[in-house]
Amino acid sequence: MTLPDNKGHFGIYGGKYVPETLMPALAELEENYNKFKDDSDFQAELQYYLKQAVGRPTPLYYAKRLTKYLGGAKIYLKREDLCHTGAHKINNTLGQALLAVRMGKKRIIAETGAGQHGVATATAAAMFGLECEIFMGQEDIDRQKLNVFRMRLLGAKVNPVTSGSQTLKDAVNETMRDWVTNVGSTYYIIGSVVGPHPYPMIVRDFQAVIGNEAKAQILQSENRLPDYLAACVGGGSNSMGLFYPFIEDSEVKLIGIEAAGLGVDTNKHAASLSAGSLGVLHGSMSYLLQEEDGQITPAHSISAGLDYPGVGPEHSWLKDTGRAEYHSITDKEALSAFDLLSKLEGIIPALESSHAIAYLQKMAPHTKKDEIIILCLSGRGDKDVTQVS
Amino acid sequence: MSRLSETFRRLAKEKKTALMPFITAGDPDMDTSYRLLLELEQNGADIIELGIPFSDPIADGLTIQRSSQRSLKKGANVTKIMDMLTRIREKSKIPIVFMTYYNLVYHYGVEKFVKDSVDSGANGLIIPDLPPEEAFDLRSAADRYGLDIIFLLAPTSTPERIKLISNSSSGFIYYVSLTGITGARTSLADGIKSQVESISHQSDTPVAVGFGISTPAQAAQIAACADGVIVGSALINIIESNLADEDALIKKAGEFILSLRREMDKTNDK
Repeated sequence: MTLPDNKGHFGIYGGKYVPETLMPALAELEENYNKFKDDSDFQAELQYYLKQAVGRPTPLYYAKRLTKYLGGAKIYLKREDLCHTGAHKINNTLGQALLAVRMGKKRIIAETGAGQHGVATATAAAMFGLECEIFMGQEDIDRQKLNVFRMRLLGAKVNPVTSGSQTLKDAVNETMRDWVTNVGSTYYIIGSVVGPHPYPMIVRDFQAVIGNEAKAQILQSENRLPDYLAACVGGGSNSMGLFYPFIEDSEVKLIGIEAAGLGVDTNKHAASLSAGSLGVLHGSMSYLLQEEDGQITPAHSISAGLDYPGVGPEHSWLKDTGRAEYHSITDKEALSAFDLLSKLEGIIPALESSHAIAYLQKMAPHTKKDEIIILCLSGRGDKDVTQVS
Repeated sequence: MSRLSETFRRLAKEKKTALMPFITAGDPDMDTSYRLLLELEQNGADIIELGIPFSDPIADGLTIQRSSQRSLKKGANVTKIMDMLTRIREKSKIPIVFMTYYNLVYHYGVEKFVKDSVDSGANGLIIPDLPPEEAFDLRSAADRYGLDIIFLLAPTSTPERIKLISNSSSGFIYYVSLTGITGARTSLADGIKSQVESISHQSDTPVAVGFGISTPAQAAQIAACADGVIVGSALINIIESNLADEDALIKKAGEFILSLRREMDKTNDK
């Protein structure tokens, strides 16, 4: 069965929980997406930019020294850190920006936490001459000055969000409010597999290039499918992009790694799947972090890209059906993995991706030497150097 | 017939338009909300919309966001708000409609929320982030316990959606007067009258108009074409400007509602 269903549900998850003003816009988006996703001109244009501007396909790199160090399965890294702008986010923003152009929208809006999605959106907007406004929590603006500078340099207007916790969830609220107000002229590029239908599906499909490439690459180098896929999960776009093309391959285990912050038994974490409960946030039903009376709890992670109190509805579905398993890694463990990969492989990983590497440190020693793990190295860590040092 | 329907029917007979102020329960605190509700009724409110604050209100502008935050900081939650409503019911009989976001209802338990709302004396429920497509469970519980579920229409709604929502909404239909979020505006959007007429043409359910209505003149203008006028942010601005003096807050809020009532009734008398 192909999911989501025609109402945008993955089992009980997903759906469209939005103000009426947006319902027609979501229908328009779905109609256009369905039309263009199989359109050969659209796909050719997307492929052209993914190759010539993003630098795809990204390598599937055999991490020989990491493999030897951990002493178990062969570890391959899907090098999304080598994408233009430094992370997988551009796969999605490019696809959606091309869709916006086809739909005749002249203005792009987006939310951003750490600024990676904001930079990727501003980049795509600059490539196609679209007006671009990014909403970013004041607190994030203060701690991610470099990305704010990059977005402005790329021609985007960065709007500080001072409501609520002044972080990513509030930036999403504010972007939705802008969209409700300017829905006729504006295209909202959501940055992860979250939000109301059809966004979780659209973002997944544009990110599936990660898994599709990885599958072809591993078949070429190993002549078989991997035993494990591992990726970090905030909203869940790089993991969904890696997992999706393997969902029918039941012999491949899917492992998502969430941010445990100071620990999942504290109230300072971002592990919606591991320690959250069901609810509705930002347009869809999924696992989320909430207080006893249903108010949303601000998330915490050292990695701003994972610092979100919700998760994509398809992940909730994969968790409940048992198709994927989810674990969590603390700030401290992620920092140690950040260091490890830098020294062993000469790759400075993003703090987000460092969570996935940290989980490998626990898991790989228990795997067999003839097994294969593919880990999505979703982004590079240059952006995190000031924070870590 | 539900109390909301009875109220609209009676007002129609009297050739009056329903005045429906919105306040956030617990802003600035629960006791003041209690006094405010009675004051609003005494100054001409026909129906009261009582907001249950949510941490992430995506359909609301800054005024209601701040109001929600003030209430949450004081510890408001669904149970405390229902308790306050139960106390109000000893003194007031006018219809009271809860307005909140779906996560609070879902988290509380959809059926339990409906049952407890009815038990505490609520007559209807508005959830701005719940379109009829996702409201099956809620509507079936509401039918069983006798709670009106009010859905919203917007300027962007297509003819098919106008039909769907008109058929789904009970008590009244909430027409969002502008493409945007809540908040006081200096002028009304264009085309409200024709939109309301086209909704009324398709449905016998009364149509109330909200979002952006802030002055007696604007309320009167809406009263001329709709069955109800909803005023939220403008009233909350008054609350916000008088946080230091509770008695002044109550008095000024009452005076504002009375000024709306008088201007609306002038229009209706014509």
